[in-house]
Amino acid sequence: MLGRTANGLFWMYRYLERAENTSRLIETGQRLALTRLGNSDDEWRPVLQAAAMDQGFEAAHDSLTRDAAIDWMLRAPGNPSSVMSTVSMARQNAREVRTAVTEEVWEATNGAYMAIKALLSRKVSDRDLPQVLAAIRQRTALVRGATHGTMMRNDIYDFMRIGTFLERADNTARILDVKYYVLLPSAMSVGSSIDNVQWESILRSVSARGGFRMAYGNAGSARDIAAFLILDRRMPRSLAFCVGKILDNLGYLINDYGFRSEAIDHAEALAGDCLHTDIDEIFDQGLHEFLQDVLMRLGLLGRQIEIDYRFAG
Amino acid sequence: MTTKPIFDEMWGQTEDVRGPYKELGSWFDGEDPARLRAKKREAEELFRLTGITFNVYGREEAEERLIPFDIIPRIMSGTEWRKLSRGIEQRVRAINQFLYDIYHRQEIVRAGRIPAEMIQNNEAFLPQMCGVNPPGGVYTHIVGIDLVRTGEDQFYVLEDNARTPSGVSYMLENRETMLQMFPELFQRNRVRPVQSYPTDLCRSLAACAPAATQGKPTVAVLTPGIFNSAYFEHAFLADEMGVELVEGHDLRIVDGRVAMRTTCGYRPIDVLYRRVDDDFIDPLNFRPESQLGVPGIMDVYRAGGITIANAPGTGIADDKAIYSYMPDIVEFYTGERPLLENVPTWRCAEEDAFKYVREHLHELVVKEVHGSGGYGMLVGPTATKKDIAAFREKFEAKPANYIAQPTLSLSTVPIFNRTGLTPRHVDLRPFVQVSPQGINITPGGLTRVALKKGSLVVNSSQGGGTKDTWVLED
Repeated sequence: MLGRTANGLFWMYRYLERAENTSRLIETGQRLALTRLGNSDDEWRPVLQAAAMDQGFEAAHDSLTRDAAIDWMLRAPGNPSSVMSTVSMARQNAREVRTAVTEEVWEATNGAYMAIKALLSRKVSDRDLPQVLAAIRQRTALVRGATHGTMMRNDIYDFMRIGTFLERADNTARILDVKYYVLLPSAMSVGSSIDNVQWESILRSVSARGGFRMAYGNAGSARDIAAFLILDRRMPRSLAFCVGKILDNLGYLINDYGFRSEAIDHAEALAGDCLHTDIDEIFDQGLHEFLQDVLMRLGLLGRQIEIDYRFAG
Repeated sequence: MTTKPIFDEMWGQTEDVRGPYKELGSWFDGEDPARLRAKKREAEELFRLTGITFNVYGREEAEERLIPFDIIPRIMSGTEWRKLSRGIEQRVRAINQFLYDIYHRQEIVRAGRIPAEMIQNNEAFLPQMCGVNPPGGVYTHIVGIDLVRTGEDQFYVLEDNARTPSGVSYMLENRETMLQMFPELFQRNRVRPVQSYPTDLCRSLAACAPAATQGKPTVAVLTPGIFNSAYFEHAFLADEMGVELVEGHDLRIVDGRVAMRTTCGYRPIDVLYRRVDDDFIDPLNFRPESQLGVPGIMDVYRAGGITIANAPGTGIADDKAIYSYMPDIVEFYTGERPLLENVPTWRCAEEDAFKYVREHLHELVVKEVHGSGGYGMLVGPTATKKDIAAFREKFEAKPANYIAQPTLSLSTVPIFNRTGLTPRHVDLRPFVQVSPQGINITPGGLTRVALKKGSLVVNSSQGGGTKDTWVLED
């Protein structure tokens, strides 16, 4: 396979995952803003931070309003991570790798692009927002389903999966970090009633409220939620799950290609140093420091994969 | 020629359905026009879908590039085809010998059959190719010969496309669409298949692999990228052949070979089917600003490390000024009379020709020597006085830029529209593959049809459509 093709597949799935995550974040932000008193515009700062879109937003706007934040995250062409930008980039990459994906995957991707472009052709009203966000997630889920159901399990699939889970791990780590760091600067307030709404919003933003309740009941603490999202291997958006999948797929590539990559060393170190532990140790070390370390390692892992498999010249 | 009645390939000149169309005619008579109209819409939808599913376009973009498809096939008998293909084969053989000669001893110039300045001053002539021996001796691995018909036995070559002829994906898609929509027609007629074109092409290209090849030859398709208007065809062919679709930045020279960057390191390519023009293929040897090619590929090529299909510099053979010499070229190299005729052509660079053409603009077709796609050309008989006046100004300023031909009464084949069957002018582009193992002509080709009544311009950019083209087994 061409290195450029591997690159296209990797980014196609990163962008799809990012579009989906951004739509979830907007939904969470909207919900948080609606259920709280006070200046709801401020609620959008941490949401932008969780999406790593705060700096771009500030550079383009004088003040923060809810409408502007939502529009920035959903539609802004100036925001490379907006849903519209990422869906366009996913489709662009799909065109580049058209011969590597099945007809169904291409159709689902192209269909997602066309549908989302139509939905986001003008500013989305409050009333339409829930349907629009749901449609974005359904469209990306359709691509995932077509991928799952029609793609051969070979190196092509491995690069798709690695892109997906690298993006997802990055996203989960960011959500956790922003909520912890921004909303709870003092460790004293952990477990207090004020932050329950906040913690619950985290679960919502990764579609994990039901799963969490199943695993921990209704009395789960902030610590439990952190453990759930970092270490629980049953939870498909947890760091441990995502890194486990990356390890699997890097392993398949090694078997397939017959040479060991440096990337797998990075991934094994990430799993060994950070995820074979318990939540108390993580909290002792400091959740923020822990998450910053994970984010840095994920970044390095991504770069190493690009080098090992010759994504660029 | 203009006074002759127009030859219709279905009805001939007698209102009596010609042999190859007999089955089609009786099928059509038994059909309900309303059902056919529905089928026609279905075909358009099918094309839009493949446009979207394969051709990597969105709905709007697919709409834009949707070339109208007519459901009535253009049919030739096996006998007609055999005759035609003998002529095509002869011509393609001569073109390859001509190219070898032009880039070696130029015997044809020494023999005084072609003026030296026609070669030396021609932009399509690449001095970098002089003395180069392409692997297998093949210059034009893929050729598309544009033909027109004016009567039962009269075929003319309109143009030889010896660079990177396109349109083969339409030939394949058109057949696929007909098979899906009218399977019964294929039961009533024995139509020779075209679907093996990509597999044949892959085999033909592999047979041209250079000496440096180790093991099974690696073939790849080189595309300028997704923004190229023919990208879908590039992707389609690579996919059908099961080879990599590469871009310039995937390639580099490694150990004297052109190699593609794969996830497992650089792998040499033996045969590169490039859909990038000569000028852009090597920034070190041609246009330095090109991002589409591979720096140094010409040096590898000259050293026998890669096959480039088609070879650089083949444009000298399909240049419109050289075209007028084709009968001489065929005779010079094959020692035979040309089986396919050229359209008589005035080279306006010559004084007498210029004078004649100037006086007869209203009845001639005048073309730019280096033009393509039907742009910059005058169709005298259908042009307005204003068009002719405007054209005259350009023409008289630079006569050497033009050639002129009589207006041929192109044959017609019926299309199906609101009024039923109605004749429209057509041309034909058969696709030819050349390898040391021989010349392979896919039975059929791309039939382009001028959808406007009376129009002779079949280019898709000017309101042309396409038809499936059948060659019958007889």
